[in-house]
Amino acid sequence: MSLASPRVMDDLDQLEAQSIFVLREAYRKLRPLSLLWSLGKDSNVMVWLARKAFMGRVPFPVMHVDTGKKFPEMYAFREEYTKKWNLDLMLGDCPPVEEIDPSLPPAARSAARKTAGLASLIEKHKLRGVIAGIRRDEQATRAKERVFSPRGAGHRWDVRNQPPEFWDQYATPYEDGMHIRVHPLLSWREIDIWRYIERENIPLVDLYFAKNGKRYRSLGDQDITSPIDSNASTLAEVIAELENSKTSERAGRAMDHESEDAFERLRVAGYL
Amino acid sequence: MTTNDLPASLRAAATPIVIVGHVDHGKSTLIGRLLYDTDSLQDGKLAQIVESSRKRGLAVEWSFLLDSLQIERDQGVTVDSTRIPFHLGGREFVIVDAPGHRQFLRNMITGAADAEAAVLVVDALEGAQEQTRRHAMLLRLIGIRHVIVLLNKSDLLDFDQAKIAQAEIDVRDLLGRLEITVEAFVPASARDGDNIASRSERAPWYTGPTLVEALAAVPAPASRLALDFRMPVQDVYRFDDVRYVAGRIERGVIRAGDRIMIGSQGQQATVAEICRWHAPANPVAGAGESIALRLEPDLVPDRGDLLFPAHETGNALIRAARIRTRLFWLRGEPLRVGESFTLRLATAEHDVTVASIDAVVNLDDLTLSAADEVPPDGFAEITLATSHAILFDPFSPGYSDGRGVLVDRFQRIVGGAPLLGAAELPDGTHAIHPTASKVSAGERRALHGHEGAVFWLTGLPGSGKSTIARAAEAELVAQGLRTTVLDGDTLRAGLCSDLGFSPEDRRENIRRAAHVARILAESGQVVIVALVSPLAEDRAQAAQIIGQGFHEVHVDAALELCEQRDPKGLYAAARAGKIPEFTGVSAPYEAPDAPALRLATEDELNGTVLVFRNFVQGVVTR
Repeated sequence: MSLASPRVMDDLDQLEAQSIFVLREAYRKLRPLSLLWSLGKDSNVMVWLARKAFMGRVPFPVMHVDTGKKFPEMYAFREEYTKKWNLDLMLGDCPPVEEIDPSLPPAARSAARKTAGLASLIEKHKLRGVIAGIRRDEQATRAKERVFSPRGAGHRWDVRNQPPEFWDQYATPYEDGMHIRVHPLLSWREIDIWRYIERENIPLVDLYFAKNGKRYRSLGDQDITSPIDSNASTLAEVIAELENSKTSERAGRAMDHESEDAFERLRVAGYL
Repeated sequence: MTTNDLPASLRAAATPIVIVGHVDHGKSTLIGRLLYDTDSLQDGKLAQIVESSRKRGLAVEWSFLLDSLQIERDQGVTVDSTRIPFHLGGREFVIVDAPGHRQFLRNMITGAADAEAAVLVVDALEGAQEQTRRHAMLLRLIGIRHVIVLLNKSDLLDFDQAKIAQAEIDVRDLLGRLEITVEAFVPASARDGDNIASRSERAPWYTGPTLVEALAAVPAPASRLALDFRMPVQDVYRFDDVRYVAGRIERGVIRAGDRIMIGSQGQQATVAEICRWHAPANPVAGAGESIALRLEPDLVPDRGDLLFPAHETGNALIRAARIRTRLFWLRGEPLRVGESFTLRLATAEHDVTVASIDAVVNLDDLTLSAADEVPPDGFAEITLATSHAILFDPFSPGYSDGRGVLVDRFQRIVGGAPLLGAAELPDGTHAIHPTASKVSAGERRALHGHEGAVFWLTGLPGSGKSTIARAAEAELVAQGLRTTVLDGDTLRAGLCSDLGFSPEDRRENIRRAAHVARILAESGQVVIVALVSPLAEDRAQAAQIIGQGFHEVHVDAALELCEQRDPKGLYAAARAGKIPEFTGVSAPYEAPDAPALRLATEDELNGTVLVFRNFVQGVVTR
């Protein structure tokens, strides 16, 4: 008698299995729970992984914090896949930029609108868990993150006093006004995301693919995101491009470069 | 070259390696050097390092590279672990950078626990230091299987074979005592690049591997497929009238049709289907996969139930209610016998109490000795008692078996507990298995609207402790705070009526009061203890028993004033020799050095009560 063998797990299989484990922990331990769906490639992968974890469905609401300044293609994508993926979509508004800390540099100030919009959604729905698609390889500050990252009252991130996290055990402290950011993609790299999109055939906004020698590598608001020079117009070409690149993914995000500490200040105050 | 050349389906996951060692032994320099030698730097980084080194009049200073990768310039130390990818041959690695400062132990564990291999950096001239021993101990407790020792700064010994051999013997002896097998000892200079990626010309006698060769030789993680099946249930879902038992397979293989046992209840079921979404159908799943099972009959396991084969072939699971475990302790306050925690073991949660502290590791010489407590960042062997027998596989480096974690009632992770096995009971002892509450401190706080805490009023007889306590009690209750007073005389009328006033009996009186206060505080009450409690040592014991909810309050009135007040006529009686061992007269009173609050009772009573009441409210409703 010959028995079938388990499939050999490659790097994407391992990342996928770990992310599913994290999403199931969050769903079990943190209610009410919601997933931040920015409409970008990483958060689409996250929705996909949630469907893997929960047999084809997303059993909690997804949130889109709408700055009102996204690309039109992104709004169309949101309409289409909210229906196709049967998502329970919650929309959050952002305050006008005039209400944001004027000491921040202009692009960071604009990005901070999103933080304020997110904070009001969290308060309105009394969320205990917020699933977000950040990755360690994106930015030095994010490299210090935990998979379960407690946010104190006022949603502040205390980078110097984070809980220990090991052996797949995640701390879930709770006090009034606290919530936990859950980061199922923390160990993924940019190229893993693209390879997984290719393997699973996950739909994307086509702004990621080159037209007239330009494409977006990372998508934020229209006014603070710039495209990069590229001729990569297919998934395979994007992957090939990344394999030969040594520049940072967020190079096109203005607020990362305005001043040395702007991004850390944003994150401490609750930015992703 | 990257791993492109391999078929996509066989691309291996990156191998995490952790770099540890004493501060200033050269970890950051090593990482910078490795990234440069393996061509893993981002564009422009090398030019930056060369430029900032030149500005400071230094040769190329490789540790600046980490400065530019991490925001840590403000402190000058690595504040948290971070991960840096690099390529070596056809293989990808991730360097986990862990800090050398001892207060950052929990960050180091966070980074190091997943590592497949460790590089222990030891200054060849200085030899093993305190953090070298601490980190080595931790490598053993978290179960890192492959350890490479880099004898850094070997140029300071002129790469002299005899001197390096001596340095190696010292480190080998240290690691031998920890039962750590070393894969390679590499005499090296990270700054100059000797024996990092290229062979040193200054040590022609050395025939062992360079660091890069030693890393390349680290084997892939051991396969867990051949072991008996284990799946801790993570959750049970019911979607569209189908019940799914979800979890990750920790070891072994499961096939549709297999008979399995569920948890400790001993119920059996057959695997009807292995369910995945948007994945190739396969009636088999192996270790590492996150899957869902349909069972026949359609039983409903609990989260934490361990699924294992109905007929085991390998080492059977251990079933025990008293468990020997190693411990690395991460809480800021020491651990003491009698404390209760939740033991998390994979997805299971068990109530446990520390039954004994069997030995504590002395980090100066790595010997074990008896002790009453485990200090912060300490290592120990302890015995845990559970209220019912639990099932587990003993800890084994490189596997997820027996990886216990202790969680306090605030859901904070306070220690790692690699479970060793069942504990033997000493002859003639009666095993107790205390149970812990299922109600968390947060839930109690939500119920009461405030936290529980103990305010321990100490002071001379007649200083006004009971008066202040009773007045504050009335006012706090009027404000909706659940408050109880444990008053010395009241306790002695009942619970402690068998006790006199000898130092031993006073100590016992305080011990009992402290335990009662702790129980009340854990139930969410505000507890005001009014006890002379004259000796600092006895109050320290009370503080130990009560833990972090203890607040010492000194009711500070001069002896002359107390004696003048003498509300119960006790001073007069003591002076007349009618009361022996009376505090202030014929027994000592040791005032607290640093009470949380000092109440001067020369002031008018209402004012004193107000100060105390405000302090209490501030603490419990912060």
